[in-house]
Amino acid sequence: MKCQDLLKILNEYVDGDIDPAVCQELEKHLAGCNPCKVVIDNIRKTVSLYKNDQVYELPLDFKQRLHQALQDKWKKQGSPPSDKPEGQGS
Amino acid sequence: MPPTTDNQLVQQARAGEFQAFELLVSRHEGPLYAAAWHLTHNHHDAQDVVQNTFLSAMEHLGSFREESSFATWITRIALNFALKVLRSRKQRATVPLEAPDGEGQTVPVPEYIADWTTDPARTVQRRELRAILDEAVAQLPEGQRLVFVLRDVQGLSVRETAQALDLTEGNVKVRLLRARLALREVLTRRFGDPATRRQPHVHDHASAEDKT
Repeated sequence: MKCQDLLKILNEYVDGDIDPAVCQELEKHLAGCNPCKVVIDNIRKTVSLYKNDQVYELPLDFKQRLHQALQDKWKKQGSPPSDKPEGQGS
Repeated sequence: MPPTTDNQLVQQARAGEFQAFELLVSRHEGPLYAAAWHLTHNHHDAQDVVQNTFLSAMEHLGSFREESSFATWITRIALNFALKVLRSRKQRATVPLEAPDGEGQTVPVPEYIADWTTDPARTVQRRELRAILDEAVAQLPEGQRLVFVLRDVQGLSVRETAQALDLTEGNVKVRLLRARLALREVLTRRFGDPATRRQPHVHDHASAEDKT
């Protein structure tokens, strides 16, 4: 495996969604290729930064307003009807 | 006891349990807000998108079909609201609302009243980090940005991302790879330690079996 080949399957590896045989080959490459190892580590850190709840926290005052608005609508609405929401196709 | 699935909560909510609906909202509001923020780049708009999405979802809960996940379903609704915001922004002209400096004002009235966070320094650090992350995502081409936001910020699976954006899974994978590599590049220039910088490999180190 070359660095270029590793790049193509990098996401599957990082997301843990990779064929075990391919994974073994990839790890063999990593054992001898420090730049690839660093790139994989960078990618993992990049993804986890964006997934970090604390960086993109829901503002507390908004959370309270949202839940109040939902509760008000629920009371007003009674039971949910079954027509299509705005995001659901045409 | 295994945790209640989203679909089970939808069924309970349809049967009239508000608590079940509220639990669904609590599970998804954080990631959805982060995604809405990356799409609109405005807190007020992101909050509107999230609120309208859940209000619409509540109203139309009966039409949710279980072939897609609840996350995919609300993402499609949210995307629609976010696109509306972006479209109306293009049409709207900005009009200054404030009086010229110092005129017509007596003593300034406190407007924004809230307790300070316990650790202002950490709050500022978090904001700075967020500004760097936002800037990096904003540089992505829109097709890659949407895929990255849905998959990595909101946490949808590749399949769910493909469904929400009407793309093939293959297309999602290609865009996601490009997006992650592009972000890695930008962020490494910000956070990388120059002392440990390595040169990319020119393939003279390929193992014996790679050589032809």
